[in-house]
Amino acid sequence: MKAIYKKELRSYFASPIGYVLIAFMALIVGIYFTAYNLRMHYSWFGTVLNYTTFIFLIVVPLMTMRMLAEERRSKTDQLLFTAPIRIIDVVLGKYLALLTVFAIPMALFCLYPLILLQFQKDPASLAMDYTGILAFFLLGAANLSIGLFLSSTTENPIVAAAISFGVLLVLFFVGSIAQLIPSSAGGSLVVFTVMIVILALILFAMTKSFIFAGVFAAVAEVALLIVYLVKSSLLEGSVASLLSIFDISSRTTNMLYGQLDFTAIIYFVSISGLFVFLTVQSIQKRRWS
Amino acid sequence: MIKVKNLTKKYGDHLAVDNVSFTVEQGRIYGFLGPNGAGKSTTMNMITGYLAATSGQVTINGYDIFEEPEKAKACIGYLPEQPPVYMDLTPKEYLHFVAELKKLDKSQRKSLIEKAMEQTGIVDVQNRLIKNLSKGYRQRVGLAQAILGYPPVIILDEPTVGLDPQQIIEIRELIRSLGQQHTVILSSHILQEVSAVCDHILIISQGKLVASDTPENLRRQAGGKTVLEMKIKAEDKKIRDVLRQEPSILKFDITADKEAGIYTARIETPQDVDLREKLSFALAAGKMAVLEMKMEEVSLEDVFLAKIDKGFVPSKEEPEKKEDTEA
Repeated sequence: MKAIYKKELRSYFASPIGYVLIAFMALIVGIYFTAYNLRMHYSWFGTVLNYTTFIFLIVVPLMTMRMLAEERRSKTDQLLFTAPIRIIDVVLGKYLALLTVFAIPMALFCLYPLILLQFQKDPASLAMDYTGILAFFLLGAANLSIGLFLSSTTENPIVAAAISFGVLLVLFFVGSIAQLIPSSAGGSLVVFTVMIVILALILFAMTKSFIFAGVFAAVAEVALLIVYLVKSSLLEGSVASLLSIFDISSRTTNMLYGQLDFTAIIYFVSISGLFVFLTVQSIQKRRWS
Repeated sequence: MIKVKNLTKKYGDHLAVDNVSFTVEQGRIYGFLGPNGAGKSTTMNMITGYLAATSGQVTINGYDIFEEPEKAKACIGYLPEQPPVYMDLTPKEYLHFVAELKKLDKSQRKSLIEKAMEQTGIVDVQNRLIKNLSKGYRQRVGLAQAILGYPPVIILDEPTVGLDPQQIIEIRELIRSLGQQHTVILSSHILQEVSAVCDHILIISQGKLVASDTPENLRRQAGGKTVLEMKIKAEDKKIRDVLRQEPSILKFDITADKEAGIYTARIETPQDVDLREKLSFALAAGKMAVLEMKMEEVSLEDVFLAKIDKGFVPSKEEPEKKEDTEA
């Protein structure tokens, strides 16, 4: 794991990409900091971080796209996976290298609350701002694990970046989308039916089995109809609550405004762990097919 | 050392490796021979644990590659078909990385890396980026990676592809010297290469192991022939008379050389018959000067072709699909 970690870190800083990404994050957050905290006198640094979570859409795909896709394309994965180390060590080494690169701008952001302290002389706000930075880091860590996983699903880094961008974009807006969807039972029925059809199509594309996808769609649709007919109140507002599971970024809201939120911390650590696990599974799966 | 039992790999409906079993003993050089797409690389990828087998078993030094992969992999140095090198590292950095991956003892790392670089002749380029190196050098960096730390088993997939003739000779020498202490398995689709270096040949065709024996035994099985080529300064009629008196000659034919008065005789005999001495005396007795003599055994090629034909079961379903599954 250490060997992989050191190599990945080195390759980030052997090429301009590591420096460019760090500079980009520092620039965007710096601009927002100047605008909100210094010019408009917002007292919390968390406000700035809350408005800049969109940078993950750009930074995360660029950071993770090469990670595993490039290894596969250049066939260097044959070295890694025939060496006497476990697959999980390879994945963890890479993930920790990502986190380390990502932690560098975080260290820089830790200076901003100190600047604000010059104006308000309230040490309590310092602790709240650092909680916000922690939330920002955890959100980034969860997004990076998703990007790492998607990089393991293809051997083309550009495709990996495009898929990561798409997925993160959907996750970014899923909260707002959920509010647009009708919360009535009838509306939910329609939305879920559409979801079942899409899932069935994905299953068909993956398994090439018409019967399997068809049976899945039929069973799911019948179950949905039974719920609708027997206890339609269950479906009310269910789409929004389902979508909110995927709404990663809004989980940070409490913490960005200074409230230490352990459920959120556990949520982000779980998401990261889940996607590291899925990455290992996706590599394993390829060995078998 | 290595035991392979009923190893099978299926890609969908396509059988890339079909029930292959063999044993590899220590201190010998084994050659995997087969046409492109025969399943050589797939087999090697399964032995090294890169691919999982559909069924079957591989044990290395008593460790099952699927049950105890770390222990089994620690016994293997592997050079895949395409050298697994990182373009943005120098050979020296790269080998340091590999040494760490292989968990080599820290105090010995440096000297082991230097030794591997010396043996593969990359000392001069150790500080250049790999992306600036030629294909031959990249191949040698890959080879250095495989022999680094001297694992008991060294597996090389087409080790001489992309090298120039001089380098090929060097690498073959290296493989031969490695074979004295290590077990080496190499694959090739070039017959000459395998017969030049290997103690044991495994012929694989259409995913099946069709022959496994020493080169000598394979020749014997096929009832091979030896061809003796002589340049003789004499009239062709007189040469004919001498050759006709030799009963062990199966067939000969005589053609005129570019130089006047010199003829080339091509003489076929059964294998293990050496007529060089006898014929040269007989010709000399008739005042015929032998200018050149060359003996060669062409039979291994026949063995190879015969085995491959035998393994080839004509079927209409699986013609060209193999090339991409091989990789």
